[in-house]
Amino acid sequence: MDWSFFHPFWAIGVPMALSIPLGRLMARLLDPPAERVGRGVDAVPMFLVRLFGHREPAAMDWRRYAIALLAFNASLFVLSFAILWAQNLLPLNPDGKGPLTALGYKDAAGVQHDGADTAVIFNTVCSFVTNTNLQHYSGEQHLSYFSQLGGILWLQFVTPACGLAVMLAVIRGLRGDKHLGDFYLDTARGVVLVLIPLSTVLALALVANGVPMTFDGAVKARTLEGAEQTIAVGPVAAEVAIKQLGTNGGGFFGPNSAHPLENPTPWSNILEVIAIILVPMASIVMFGRMIRDRAHAAVVYGVMTALLVAGASIAIWSELHPSPAAEGLPVATGTNMEGKEVRTGAVAAATWSAITTATSNGSVNAMHDSFQPIGGLVPMSLMMLNVDFSGIGAGFLNMLMYVITAVFLAGLMVGRTPEYLGKKIEAKEVKLAMLAILIHPLLICGGTALFAGTAWGPATVANPGPHGFSEILYEFTSASANNGSGFEGLADNNPYWNVATGVVLLLGRFPALVLPVAIAGFLSHKKRVPPSTGTLRTDDLTFGAMLLGTVLLVGALSFMPAVVLGPIADHLSTAATNP
Amino acid sequence: MSLLTHTPIPERTPPEAQAMKIQRRQTRRLKLFEPALVQMATVRSFAMLDPRNMARNPVMFLVEVGWVLTSIIAVGSITAGAAASTIVYQIALAILLLLTVLFANFAEALAEARGKAQAQSLRATRQDTIARRIEPSGESVEVSSTELRTGDRVVVEAGQVIPADGEIIEGLASVDESAITGESAPVIREAGGDRSGVTGGTRVLSDRIILEVTAGPGESFLDRMIALVEGASRQKTPNEIALTIILAAFSIIFLIVTAALYPMALYHGIRLDIPTLIALLVCLIPTTIGALLAAIGIAGMDRALAANLIAKSGKAVEVAGDVDTLLLDKTGTITLGNRRATLFMPMGGLPERELARMAAIASLADTTPEGKSIIELARHSFELDLMAPDGSRFIEFTAQTRMSGVDLPDGSRIRKGAPDTMTEMVRSRGGRIPDAYQETVDAIASKGATPLTVTSGDDIVGIIKLEDILKPGIRERFARLRQMGLRVVMVTGDNPLTARSIAQEAGVDDFIAQATPEAKLAYIRKEQAGGKLVAMMGDGTNDAPALAQADIGVAMNSGTQAAKEAGNMVDLDSDPTKLIEVVEIGKQLLMTRGALTTFSIANDLAKYFAVIPAMFVDFKALASLRALDLMGLATSGGAQSAILSAVIFNAIIIPMLIPIALKGVTYRPVGASALLRRNLLYFGLGGVIAPFLGIKAIDVLIDLVL
Repeated sequence: MDWSFFHPFWAIGVPMALSIPLGRLMARLLDPPAERVGRGVDAVPMFLVRLFGHREPAAMDWRRYAIALLAFNASLFVLSFAILWAQNLLPLNPDGKGPLTALGYKDAAGVQHDGADTAVIFNTVCSFVTNTNLQHYSGEQHLSYFSQLGGILWLQFVTPACGLAVMLAVIRGLRGDKHLGDFYLDTARGVVLVLIPLSTVLALALVANGVPMTFDGAVKARTLEGAEQTIAVGPVAAEVAIKQLGTNGGGFFGPNSAHPLENPTPWSNILEVIAIILVPMASIVMFGRMIRDRAHAAVVYGVMTALLVAGASIAIWSELHPSPAAEGLPVATGTNMEGKEVRTGAVAAATWSAITTATSNGSVNAMHDSFQPIGGLVPMSLMMLNVDFSGIGAGFLNMLMYVITAVFLAGLMVGRTPEYLGKKIEAKEVKLAMLAILIHPLLICGGTALFAGTAWGPATVANPGPHGFSEILYEFTSASANNGSGFEGLADNNPYWNVATGVVLLLGRFPALVLPVAIAGFLSHKKRVPPSTGTLRTDDLTFGAMLLGTVLLVGALSFMPAVVLGPIADHLSTAATNP
Repeated sequence: MSLLTHTPIPERTPPEAQAMKIQRRQTRRLKLFEPALVQMATVRSFAMLDPRNMARNPVMFLVEVGWVLTSIIAVGSITAGAAASTIVYQIALAILLLLTVLFANFAEALAEARGKAQAQSLRATRQDTIARRIEPSGESVEVSSTELRTGDRVVVEAGQVIPADGEIIEGLASVDESAITGESAPVIREAGGDRSGVTGGTRVLSDRIILEVTAGPGESFLDRMIALVEGASRQKTPNEIALTIILAAFSIIFLIVTAALYPMALYHGIRLDIPTLIALLVCLIPTTIGALLAAIGIAGMDRALAANLIAKSGKAVEVAGDVDTLLLDKTGTITLGNRRATLFMPMGGLPERELARMAAIASLADTTPEGKSIIELARHSFELDLMAPDGSRFIEFTAQTRMSGVDLPDGSRIRKGAPDTMTEMVRSRGGRIPDAYQETVDAIASKGATPLTVTSGDDIVGIIKLEDILKPGIRERFARLRQMGLRVVMVTGDNPLTARSIAQEAGVDDFIAQATPEAKLAYIRKEQAGGKLVAMMGDGTNDAPALAQADIGVAMNSGTQAAKEAGNMVDLDSDPTKLIEVVEIGKQLLMTRGALTTFSIANDLAKYFAVIPAMFVDFKALASLRALDLMGLATSGGAQSAILSAVIFNAIIIPMLIPIALKGVTYRPVGASALLRRNLLYFGLGGVIAPFLGIKAIDVLIDLVL
């Protein structure tokens, strides 16, 4: 009996079961009624906010909330930039890592450039400020412990909390609250009341599985042949925990959770895969609680789960086939094990690939580049849709834009001016929602077109033909979706890639957070229309089908040509050469 | 209708007359593709190619730009001496793109022409008539009706045509309004009341009136509505703007996708053909709905006009679909005009037949609807031959006596009247009051009916029960409204007891009893405060504030000028049940937009499968994409015929859907979810499947021809 086939059920079923109590708890902790603000556990985030000079929780309208978000992130950007830039001068650097700028790179012509490359710092900071963790460097080789903790780990806690804070603000707007809350307090609550407790539990469990947690320098070991090997260690467990829980994905080590010290056992693997999707799932439950419309939240949750299950099934099906390259060779063929860890296996790798791209987490336990073309298409498609639980807060907000579009079309089809949660959807909201939806294909298609059509792309891909195209497409998709997983293979640490993906990261993140806040701000002022039998229901299967259809159709129409030229051409040509 | 004064209601139309009216309306309803209108629209669709006009519609503007580009490229290919097949392909594409734009313009122009024709037919009778204008000096001067201006006073006598829309300020007349309403029975219009409005083009049948002109030439409501359907001054409604934004956003997405395809193909060493990319773009952008959007909006107003409703803005028609609460007057809408006699209740041992005979004879001279209904009931129940004996003297109803009746030559005096007056009279004269009398009176009143006491001599001999009779089918109509999600509120001047009983019987959700205009206004405000949209109908000056406050205020054409100015629609038929039609027209308008948008976007999937493989099959690097050619287009007739098939389908689907755009998607009051399922199935799933079949069929035809 191959127990690995049960893995997907655990990986999706357990977080689903846990998401309900956690979501309820989050609603209570993150959105306390006025009389409980600053009391009990809420005193801790309140205390943190007061350190910054706030006396009382602010009552922000959508503009102030959005400005607070942007200002806070801008300061995060500057601070992290400074830390990475000066890491050789800062403490906690037992291995004496040099400045990140000294990394050097190979240009399109293949010439090695040594020395100053601030673009990699720009890219890294963009990547961590946007909760993406696309890594064009390798953590254990290039970052000091201080950079890992002060620059990276800190952002891994704060940026998902920012997403969660914006989600709270938007829900309050949809609910019709007079103001959207206090951004700083909401962020502090997310960090202190949700992310820290959860990651503490997970980090301890990982340490128990053998993940290192130390401030000592790298370990020197003597191998059986007598050679000396340097084994990088460090505060790994802490970072892995929040990397999984905070839809971050940026590992301590370059190979991420495929590295045996990040993910040593099948048990750590299941814990980590559950941690990826737990908070995003719970946040939808929280949404239902907060708007007091659990049926509608269930529809949204259901649509997301359906997409996830479909994606995971296709990926697993694809990876259970042997690699076409191995066919006809005198070797035993089994599942496609290229680029996968033997201790996890093909099923767990495919499941992880779907979950990590559905959620904009981006951690990997296998190399997506080595998946079958169709298997590689799944993570790419999920990131292109970018609505499947996705980033903490951000995923809900992306889905909300589709909900508004679906509500608009469905509302018309029942013969009324469209309403969502009792609020009329009019030109202003539609304009912002469409803008938010439009940015994603613009960044992906625009970026891919730029690099595919010039020398920047073809010179850096690892494979010829459609597969190389997929590498470019995957990189931009991952950046725009703020996912951070890499197709790998791509020699992406050069100024072109660093600047281009850095810009895409920022544009993929902040408009997607600010536009929904603006919509929520407009909707909060509208009169609530009581529902009647003529009102479009957003809490039944029909609407679920409408929403799923909208997401799939818009996704398919936006990305089909690009996907055809990459993974589909790849698949068809592999199929043609290996009949 | 005013609730303070019980002005006489015009004769309710009996069923035959109603049927005739509908029939007349239908003969006036235009054929979908009326040859004259089609010709007009065809000419106009070329004039509309003007880019300044096209820029109003971003989707079709993009197609026009594509057409110009393709044409330039085609000319370039000809001068460069390209292969004949390339030139033919590019010219064919250019022609198809032009056709796509023309079809869109045609749809809009046809809707416009229909609207204008519809409106013209409503004022067909308004020829240039001679009007007798009263000068400030007091004498009347004959002038042409076109010279009349707002505020002029005109005298109109029996047999003359009313020269302009106006309000009667002196006199009373019976007016034949059949020219606009199609109703043959003349109606009474009089100064001072709530029925003082007259329309130009109608004819005075009797008496003489002086009216003040309320609209000069080109200023009437009808003229305003014609302006609304005409291209130049047509404003986009809020919902149309929101939908246009969605369509523009989709167009931008597809522009990005197609533009990105060129450099993406370069990666594979493929240089794509620009006209083919333009063809792909035009196939993808939502041209179907983009082409029909304006036509759908105009058609909504056309349908309103066909129902003899003049909307003052396109927005009014659209908002009608959102109405949550309908305020309906009881009389004429829920019940048949006035009360009718339903039962004779004899007392003191009198046979019922005898009471019926007495009551009927006493009512012979009574012209009120109540009086007539007594005679009718007596005739019907007992087949009485009712003739008043010679020498009978009829006593007319006066406000002082509050009773009417007859003194017969044989000396008997029959009277009928309100119970309290009659009881007092009988008591004062020492007449006989039967034992159960007072209880019966109370019992009838408590059920919402009206008792009428009949006396013979000094004695009470019986009671006639007068009841409000519900219009046939009104309960079913309300059930339908409830299915649509509407709350019906009955407005009546009756006391709460009577009102409750009728409300229950009719199945309305709420009622306003002893309604004053203030009470109506307050009710509307209360509903609106709860986020609801309210529609009402009214005609009196004192209705004007409520009409203005309501989200949809339909003024009766017979009403006062103030009421007509306050509302946002005018009903030429002055038919209170019109509100229900208004709501359906609004819903249909929004549904048609939603359904065709869904259809348009769903179509794109098939077009991808037609165009994308066709673009690449001829290149060795990506020849494997042939596997995506699900329809087998490129395989059978070559890549270019596949692309042309998709573009042809994209173009001809526009005229094919014109009937749906103009007639509207059928609205069924089955609840929102069932409606959505139905439309998703037809226009969503249908929209995915139809182009696969259509494009394949066109490709087969092309292959046969070439």
